[in-house]
Amino acid sequence: MMSDLTPPTRRELLSMIGKIGGGVAMYQAMTALGHAAETQFVGPPKLGGARPGSTVLVLGAGLAGMVAAYELTKAGYKVQVLEYQDRPGGRNYSVRGGDKIVEVGGVTQTVGFAPGNYLNPGPWRIPHHHRSLLHYCKLFGVELEPFIQNNHNVFVHKANAFGGKPQRYKELAVDFKGHVSELLGKSLSAGALDAKVSKEDKEKLIEALREWGALDGNLSYASSLTVSSQRGYDQAPGGGVNGAPTPSKLNGLSDVLSSGVWTQMAFYFNYVMQTTMFQPKGGMDMIGKGFYREVGKMVRLNTKVTKLAQDDKGVTASWQDLKTGQMGESKADWCVCTIPLPVLSQLDLQVGPKMKAAIKAVPYANQVKIGLEMKSRFWEENYSIYGGHSFTDQAIGLISYPNNNMFKDGPAVLLGAFASGAGAYQLAGMTPEQRIEAALAQGSVFHPAEYRREFLNGASVPWPRMPWILGCTSRWSDASRAEHYQNLVAFDGRIALAGEHASYYGGWMEGSLLSGLDAIERLHQKAMAT
Amino acid sequence: MTWRRAPLAGAALLFAASFSASAQDGPGGGQTSVAVADEGKQIYEQICQACHMADAKGGGGAGAMIPALANNPRMADPAYPTIIVLKGRGGMPWFTDMLSEAQMAAVITYVRSHFNAYPEPVTEAFVKKLAAASPPVPDGPGT
Repeated sequence: MMSDLTPPTRRELLSMIGKIGGGVAMYQAMTALGHAAETQFVGPPKLGGARPGSTVLVLGAGLAGMVAAYELTKAGYKVQVLEYQDRPGGRNYSVRGGDKIVEVGGVTQTVGFAPGNYLNPGPWRIPHHHRSLLHYCKLFGVELEPFIQNNHNVFVHKANAFGGKPQRYKELAVDFKGHVSELLGKSLSAGALDAKVSKEDKEKLIEALREWGALDGNLSYASSLTVSSQRGYDQAPGGGVNGAPTPSKLNGLSDVLSSGVWTQMAFYFNYVMQTTMFQPKGGMDMIGKGFYREVGKMVRLNTKVTKLAQDDKGVTASWQDLKTGQMGESKADWCVCTIPLPVLSQLDLQVGPKMKAAIKAVPYANQVKIGLEMKSRFWEENYSIYGGHSFTDQAIGLISYPNNNMFKDGPAVLLGAFASGAGAYQLAGMTPEQRIEAALAQGSVFHPAEYRREFLNGASVPWPRMPWILGCTSRWSDASRAEHYQNLVAFDGRIALAGEHASYYGGWMEGSLLSGLDAIERLHQKAMAT
Repeated sequence: MTWRRAPLAGAALLFAASFSASAQDGPGGGQTSVAVADEGKQIYEQICQACHMADAKGGGGAGAMIPALANNPRMADPAYPTIIVLKGRGGMPWFTDMLSEAQMAAVITYVRSHFNAYPEPVTEAFVKKLAAASPPVPDGPGT
């Protein structure tokens, strides 16, 4: 029923709630109104003025540390950032020609990619709902381009399916959908589900399955031009006298099941994997560089923190300059520490037993990425594959096709492995040369004629052997969350931890940023209360 | 050489569940069919040396160390490595979702005898007993 009273629009209402209750109240109200359930980001923090002369020490110049430094400085805090590496960004990282990748034990690769080519060893795709990351990209002029996430024309390979021959994703996915629709449609039609479905819904559902599964009049999934209009043709539609298409043959249910294609279909339903996704033009580290343009003057690179102490007045970090050997101390009123947990757990750290236990309770995942530079874009020219991922059950996990420079001549870098689990341990335990050989041998299954012929050079990043982190991303379990998470994120005296490990968005840059922002909002409240 | 697949079926389920629960980025192709060997030396090469290195001497700098397993006096007590493999410690995860108790026994026996001077084997029954007892994780670097 319409009312004569004009209710406030949602925007007016939210603005009002925001003014009265602040960001958190606005966020809660937005959620209640059906907006913004996607990230906890409601805009940069409005910290107001810091007490004059207030100081903060930030440990680590990754995204969590740099967003903290940026926003604290805006609020009037004097900030210093100490960074172990000779570059900012942390895992926001790209490697290019001439870069060195140094592993634990000293094994060093010099990347041989052509100018403009790169590998993103860490984060590589950005969900459209990671709004804090997108906010800072826009703010700092980091240009984003589409990341091709779901490509129907890629391959799916399983050693024990189709005699080990890769199949196009679209064929398997359409066949899976068709067979399942047929089984369900015929079961409904035979009355097998009458106890579960009303008569009216049954009719609608049968019609839905007929359309969705491309079934024929008998509710059968059978080769036809209708089915081929989804999975592709034997002879594609053309022009002129021979323009008529011919339908493709279908795979039987058993073969489709053996391919496991539903794992890919389900993967694309994951909230963080849904299209549209983005990547920065020129490499993921453009984001870290964007932050660094703003906070670089506060950052001391090549600085290894050896001890972090605190008392009721402030914090003191002891450090060593890795270039000069110089020892030093940095003092501040407060500390935001973003050092990854496998390293932090070994640091002389003056915090209570609860935070210490939490720091030691979180193991790190072991991913390995390998970039392979190829002479030509044969996946585009010979296979009509533009971006996206071909999946395999071998150790490499997948190969992923570049999203930039499509249709260009000249060398391009494929992601030749994104390994996790047992496959990642196998690859990480190899020498760099062995890793490249394994990636070539396994990836050749998709493009047997071209893969080795077009190969120029490769680079691998085995995260467990990266000396500055000793792992890839934090691995929480439900049990460790319940026991330790709040102890990890709570202030201990004047020290707060931040980073993807201190978030529920583990391994995502969004988690790093949200964690950094949350830490400094609490820091500011404490600073103003004392 | 024998290859083991049985534990990976369970691992696949665990991994799939943890992916959706934690929402971490991952390859997304489902679980691989990568099989871990049954023999101690091969398990060491396929899993452990990713971090502890081929010579089991670990590595890294002070404050960011991967502990050495070779010539490590704490290996004298077979419970020490067994508890850590079962429960993880610091950056090292638990391996209950990747190795069977028999595989754990095999690789711990290999590490204790090949890289140290403790030749008496660790048995599957010993690993099972410790898994059931669930003792606290022994202290390590930085503690």
